[in-house]
Parts: sequence; C-alpha cells; structure tokens
Amino acid sequence: MNLLTKLVGWIDDRFPLISTWKAHVSEYYAPKNFNFWYFFGSLALLVLVIQILSGIFLTMNYKPDALFAFASVEYIMRDVQWGWLLRYIHSTGASMFFVVIYLHMFRGMMYGSYRKPRELVWIIGMIIYLALMGEAFMGYLLPWGQMSFWGAQVIVNLFSSVPFIGPDLAILIRGDFVVSDITLNRFFALHVIAIPLVLVLIVVAHLVALHEVGSNNPDGVEIKKHKDANGIPLDGIPFHPYYTVKDGLGAVGFLIVFCAIVFFAPDMGGYFLEYNNFVPANPMKTPEHIAPVWYFTPYYAILRAVPPMFGSQFPGVVAMGVATVAFFFLPWLDRGKVKSIRYRGPIYKAFLAAFVVSFVGLGYLGLMPATPTYTIISRILAVVYFAFFILMPWYTKIDKCKPEPDRVTFK
Amino acid sequence: MKTFKKLFAAALLFLTPAVAMASGAAVHLDQAPVNLEDQASLQRGAKLFTSRCLACHSAASMRYNRLHDIGMSDEEIKAKLELPEDVKVGSTMQAAMDANSAKLAYGVAPPDLSVISRSRSADWLYTYLRSFYVDANRPTGWNNAAFPNVGMPHALADMQGEQHLVVENHEGHETKKLELATPGSMTTAEYDAAVGDLVNYLVFMGEPAKLVRYKLGMIVLGFLAVLFVLIFALKKEMWRDIH
Repeated sequence: MNLLTKLVGWIDDRFPLISTWKAHVSEYYAPKNFNFWYFFGSLALLVLVIQILSGIFLTMNYKPDALFAFASVEYIMRDVQWGWLLRYIHSTGASMFFVVIYLHMFRGMMYGSYRKPRELVWIIGMIIYLALMGEAFMGYLLPWGQMSFWGAQVIVNLFSSVPFIGPDLAILIRGDFVVSDITLNRFFALHVIAIPLVLVLIVVAHLVALHEVGSNNPDGVEIKKHKDANGIPLDGIPFHPYYTVKDGLGAVGFLIVFCAIVFFAPDMGGYFLEYNNFVPANPMKTPEHIAPVWYFTPYYAILRAVPPMFGSQFPGVVAMGVATVAFFFLPWLDRGKVKSIRYRGPIYKAFLAAFVVSFVGLGYLGLMPATPTYTIISRILAVVYFAFFILMPWYTKIDKCKPEPDRVTFK
Repeated sequence: MKTFKKLFAAALLFLTPAVAMASGAAVHLDQAPVNLEDQASLQRGAKLFTSRCLACHSAASMRYNRLHDIGMSDEEIKAKLELPEDVKVGSTMQAAMDANSAKLAYGVAPPDLSVISRSRSADWLYTYLRSFYVDANRPTGWNNAAFPNVGMPHALADMQGEQHLVVENHEGHETKKLELATPGSMTTAEYDAAVGDLVNYLVFMGEPAKLVRYKLGMIVLGFLAVLFVLIFALKKEMWRDIH
C-alpha cells in the first residue's frame, strides 16, 4: 500500500470522500445519448469559475468609490500586469454566461427537462438565473460609466413605481435619493460577496438535486426504467470518464469562441461593452438613448410595450416581473404526454418556435429606441411571449404526440 | 423535428430585415486612416497631441512612458515632446490649463481624452477634427458640422485655415458643404494626414495593449486549436465501446 492510498484511506475514514466521488462522478450514470445541447450545463459551471477567478484579481485593483472607480478600471487596463486580460475575460464572461444559460434553459424546454421528477432541478435553476441577473446588474454599475450609472438609475426607478411603498423602496435600494457613491459601495459588496456566495450554494443544490433524480436526455424517456442485474441503467454510462472527456471537448470548443471574443472583439460592436460606458458617469447629463446590456433587453422591451395605466408605469414593471418568473411554472403548465420535442406534435413545435422568435425579437427591440412601429411590434411579440405560457396547458394537451421509444435512441 | 427546424429558419429570416434596417448614421463620417503598426504616424500623432490637445484636455490614464510601446525612448519622449522640467516620464498626461478656468472659458470642462476613441469612433474623431467652420454666432467664433454648437474652438486653425459652411439649395434639397476660405499653414492633404496621425494616436491611447492583445490572441487560439484536435481524438477513442 503506497502513501497516497494510505492518505485517501485516512481521509475516507473521517470524510465521505470515495462515496461522494462515486455518487457524483465515477458512478453517476448519465444517459449515453446526450447531444450538442447538453454541453451548456457544464459550460455554465466553467463560466462561473472563470468569473470568480477573474473577479478576485479585479477586486484586488478596483476601487469602489465614485471618484476613483472609472479611473481604477482604466488603471487595470493599463498599469496592472495582464489587467486588460482580466478585465476582458470578466466582461466577456458576463455576456457569455447569459449566452450559455439561455441555451441551457432552451435545452430544458425542448426536451422537457423540467417535467416530473425534475421540477426542483428546474426551480433551483431558475433561482440561479434570477441571482445571475442580480449579479450582472450590480456588476454593471461598477465601471461607473454613463451606461452603468443611467442603466442603474432606470432599473432602480422601476421599483419606485410600486404603489404606496415604491419611493421608499427605491431609496432603500440606492441608500440615497439618486444612484451615488453609497449605491456603488453596496452594489460592490453584493456583487463580490453576497450574490456569488448564494450562487455557488444554489449551483451545488442544483447538481445535488439533479444527481438524485438523474439526467433527462434528448428522447425524454427515463433510463432508470431498464436496469441490469447490478441496478445500473442499461442506457446509462458513468459520468467519468465518458462525460468528463466529452464535456472537456465542449469546454475547449467553448474556450475557442470565448478567447476569440476576448482577444479580437472584447466590446462585440458595443453589445458586450457599450461605447457610452467609456464616458465617466455624469449625474447631470442624461444620455440620449439608454439601453440595458443585451441579456436584459427582452424584458426591457416587455416593460416598454405595456402602456402606463392610471399614470403609473407599474403595470409594465409587473409584466416584466411576470415574464421572468413565468418559467418557474413550466412543470405544471405542461400537460403533454411526452417530454421531448422529438415526439411532440406540430402545435407545440409551432408555439415553441413562436416563443423563440418573440424572445429574440424582444431582445432586439429592447436595444432600439422606442419608435411607434417598434412599440407595436413589441406589443405583438409580448403577447406571443405570454401566450406561450398561458395557453400551454391547453395546447400541450390537444397536441398529437408520437409514441415515445422504450429505450433511448443512439446513433 | 424537421418541421421545427423549418419554422425556426423561417423565424430567423423574418427577423433579418429588421436588423438590417436599424443601422444608419445621421452625420456622414469619413474613414480614418488608422494603422497601429505605423509607429512613425503614431509618434507624429503623439507630438501633435501633447503640443496642442494637452493645452486644455488631459489624458489622465495615460503615462508618457507608455509611448515606449510606439518606439519612443525616455530621452526621445523628453526631447521630442518638450516635457517641462517638473514632469517625469512616468507621470500621467495632465492638461496645462486647469479644469475650472477651462470651464469658465468654454462653458464646459474639456473632457479627458484617455479613452475618447472608445466612446467616439475613430471615424467620428477624424471627421470632427476636420469639420470646424467660422460662425460669428458662437462665443468662440467656431462651430462644427459633426458636433453642432460644440463648446470647443478650432485648436488647429493655424494648420487647416478657416472653413465656411456653404448651404446650397437644389430644388428644395439642402446640401451643406464646408469650403476652405482662408488657407492655413498646410494644404488640405497635409492637414488630413496630420489629423489622421492624431486620430491614429488617439486610438492607440484608448487601448495601448491592443496590439499585444492581437498577438497573444493568435498564440492562445493556436494552442486551443491543437488541444481541440487532441481532446477530440481522445473522446473518440474513449467512446469507441459505447453502442
């Protein structure tokens, strides 16, 4: 017995090392028929690690002070060794996090991954998504550019439209009557410790819940129905080494795209780093056109699509809130006999396609100034967006599904 | 699945005209001759920048010795840019005029120019610096076709000369044109080249590490491409027994 085996044995007598490794990695049986869409879960984990690591080093050089924040970012870009690389990795990571998460969520919708018994996996995932939106929003204030400042101003003002408590609520969030140094400091605290801590904890919960019920797959059939004599699913393969190497391939493919952006187009034509954010925040000068960063724009377009009622913007704010929260209810809205889009009927496919069009379309319109034509298109797309959820119990029930296979299909 | 893919493709087709419609600028911009590899141009731009722009504007994030990156030694920086005795090469670029007096003189504090090329495009800067014209209605006597009613006077008027705004009416169609009324010390071509150098320098100053970024990027992508091939082969080998 060599030293390493002895050491592992010593630890294992005191800590569930081997059993944890087996339960979650080497003897976690995942369906063998994962396709391209199944890369995005592990990629989201990869981006989380990238953001935390790059964030730690940025925090060492950034100054959360309204007088110095903007200059300290430029200091990082110029005087800190490899500072420009850290900053671009972090800013690209923020946008790529949402790219990955949106595709991951879309995968879940296509293959019915939110259906029984995975409701809790889905709900925890949605909490991660909301936490991520908070994390991104607070992080965007930190460079203290014009868009940081005015974007935060617009979003925090939304809370002041809540009846009765609104104005006080907005002051509570800002800690001041306008977005100021105080707001910057508290957003910094929330961005670097509070939300990341919560994020890491719920990501662990997401994985624990997933490993309890097992992964879904593109066929939407349960692999646990067919087990061999040892109780191992016939269509399951151990996560390690099969999916560690496959996800490794996905990770390298992703890093090629990620690094191409970091090194050759970190501002992505003004979508990842907005041009106006290279102007220091100026509370006396409102920019002509305030657009949130691209990952918030579908909801921003819904907000603008709803006309003010009784002189209040609140209905739009409610619509925006409902649009983000609607995903939570998918497990109970879907009455389809099958989980996967492969065996769904044409009605569901049409609705899902319409939903994708509305989401992408609203995202585009949210970046544009609100012209009358654009407002009308936003309203139509917002109706499509909500129809997808509201009508789901009906259209998933009447849809003609194809028979599901008994076992997963592979090649 | 096929119908779904078709629907998806149709949806994307439906969206493209909207995206194409969205672009289009209000002011016509001339293309700036930006070339970050041209160190001679960058050095001429740096000279023009420090002798003219720094009179009122600062570039507080930019250190003089960062000009090493465009091929200038400490001695060259001191001599060619005529640094005053009390300014060290490691200092950041500060304006000669203090912000408060500048604000009193021009109505607005001159903005810091460290990252001006990142908020305004190079083409905009190139057009702007060539679009000043004489306007008696403005407090400084100058106006700008690219930035109407700008607070800044023409700082390079002695080089370019004086332009006038000529409005021509073609059957109800107004066209505005700038015409050189009094020539300066340079010909139009010489002036355009000098402004080109200056804008080139501003682009460099906006992100001094840009060329390093490109160079490192090629190495990183090359490494990842090799890694991708290797891990692809490894995956294929390991998955061989899965049927």
